[in-house]
Amino acid sequence: MTEIIQIIIDALSLGSLYALGALGIALIFGVMRLVNFAHGDTIAFCVFALLWPSIDAAAVVFAGHLPTVLLIPLILLIGAGLSVLSEIIVFRRFRKANPATMMIASFALGFVIRYFLLMLYSSRPKSINLWESLGESIGFLGARVPLLQIVTVAITLGILGLLTLFLKRSRYGLEMRAAAENFTMARMLGVRANRVIMLAFALSGMLAATTGLILVTQTGTVDIQMGASVMLIAFIATVIGGLGSLTGAVTAGYLIGAASVLMQVVLPLDARPFRDAFVYGAVIVTLIWRPNGLFVARSAKQRV
Amino acid sequence: MVARKSVLARTISTPIILTLILLAVAGLSLWVNNGIFTRTIVEVFIRVMVVVGLYTFIGNSGVVSFGHIGFMCMGAYATAWFTIPPAMKKYSLRGLPEIISHNQLSFSLSITLATLFAGIFAYLFGKILVRLSGITGSIATFAMLAMINTVYSNWETVTGATSSIVGIPRKTDLWTGFAGAELAVIVAYLYAISRSGLALRSARDEAIAAAASGVDIARERLKAFVVSGMILGAAGALYAHFLGVLTPDAFYLGLTFISLSMLVVGGMNSLSGAVVGVVVLSAIIELLRTLEKGIAIGNQTWALPHGTQEIAIGGVMIVILIFRPSGLTRNQELSWSGWPFSERSSRQKSSIKDGVSEGASA
Repeated sequence: MTEIIQIIIDALSLGSLYALGALGIALIFGVMRLVNFAHGDTIAFCVFALLWPSIDAAAVVFAGHLPTVLLIPLILLIGAGLSVLSEIIVFRRFRKANPATMMIASFALGFVIRYFLLMLYSSRPKSINLWESLGESIGFLGARVPLLQIVTVAITLGILGLLTLFLKRSRYGLEMRAAAENFTMARMLGVRANRVIMLAFALSGMLAATTGLILVTQTGTVDIQMGASVMLIAFIATVIGGLGSLTGAVTAGYLIGAASVLMQVVLPLDARPFRDAFVYGAVIVTLIWRPNGLFVARSAKQRV
Repeated sequence: MVARKSVLARTISTPIILTLILLAVAGLSLWVNNGIFTRTIVEVFIRVMVVVGLYTFIGNSGVVSFGHIGFMCMGAYATAWFTIPPAMKKYSLRGLPEIISHNQLSFSLSITLATLFAGIFAYLFGKILVRLSGITGSIATFAMLAMINTVYSNWETVTGATSSIVGIPRKTDLWTGFAGAELAVIVAYLYAISRSGLALRSARDEAIAAAASGVDIARERLKAFVVSGMILGAAGALYAHFLGVLTPDAFYLGLTFISLSMLVVGGMNSLSGAVVGVVVLSAIIELLRTLEKGIAIGNQTWALPHGTQEIAIGGVMIVILIFRPSGLTRNQELSWSGWPFSERSSRQKSSIKDGVSEGASA
């Protein structure tokens, strides 16, 4: 029984991480059909903001020393800032481009951000201890679970709740949903395109910051590549969930988390290192079965 | 009206011009006659193979693939399995079947087998992936790349996992590199003017009309996928014989980024674009690499920080995408008639030589 609880918590916390990542990508895709490859590098950027730029092997902690009440808003602000900045400098010029062009542009932007970090901090992974007390295990329904996992799940659920409220109850949320549904029509009805898109980028950047903070607390290391694997899964989650569907992205994030944890348990010992390969394989199979994803957004239906 | 010339006769100038470009690059290397510079040029030839291979699928089908570097990885490791001396691989790669671990094949046979190996996997993956279009298709190829990378970075006894495998004979020299690049250009050209290539480009530009005219999009895509997978497999094999050392991470996001940016900068929908992109970006990369190493001005050494190279390439790519999304060649082929860099006047001419050159409208 305790084992099952352990597995469920593992699945939920991993799924939360993926869901946050997927949400950051889906939000932007919804308003401007952009698959944002730079999201992973935005995550890494937010984490590196904890450190002072130096190419030494030892991490020079800077913002990381701030008290939590200041630290979290600061990192969120940095994430939102970078994200909005990339919108203003780069993506704004691609309003009329096709999605493939935008996707490649974001891929390029991601590399620019990554190598900017490399320039300032070198490519060596560095270690940093953030909120060490979260690493302790606590008793939970008879199982010993790291506190961090519980916190991750709780934070994610909180964010999902707030975001839902924002999207369903506020005027800006309404505008965003309208823009996601039919961008041209929404503009004609008085929704300001740039404002909605910038809002989506800001939210997505804050989600990236949250993902980054959770990641760095989990692993204790900072690495310029750290966003890449989460981003990859997050993409896949947005596609499986149905491009353009926020519910779909979150659900698929949790599904992939659950699938990974399950495979870790079920697969024979020899095959375990290949767990991710099985997950990606399952993803491809799902796409064949439902090319438009599990939850098809109304705006995404194609005729052919 | 005069009888229309065959597609071959109308477009043959393109591969000839591209061959001349490649010959000029090789000639440059002979002229400079410096060991390090020659290695750079060999690398350029291998990149030509990679990007031309990417063009064969991406350019003709219009589906951006992020996964093809995976086939390069497969080709590279396959040739490593066949050509590392048995005395070495018995210990370093214990999991290989006996027939491979006890024998050592010749360079040419090994390259051929590696190409076929990549081709088989391209067929298997392609069988599934070609059914997906647009962004979904691109993300699925990304999943494929991640899958291949996961397998190669974890299969300790067969691929040496993340530790590098050594002992691959370093046999790729200037002329093998040139031959590889030339062969890739010819194969890509022949595919592009083939019935399948024409059908696939029609599907790229107007999927519905093409399907209604009897083009089986999935089948034609699969053909292009296998051809391009094989070109990348061969490129990977030559690369392995060039480096002599392999790690799976050499064939991941970094290489995908560089080769895609070359294709984008040159012009995604034209074979000439692939070659031009490689030549232009390689020159920029080389220049920046030299500057990163540092140059002496007076008695001071002045160097750009590491990472400038990638940042500059990313910047160039974004600028090109903003101001010239059809690339330096405007998705036209280089040919005798009509200078590709000329303005719209070439539009009408290009509609006559429809062989490999009708991407402009995409």
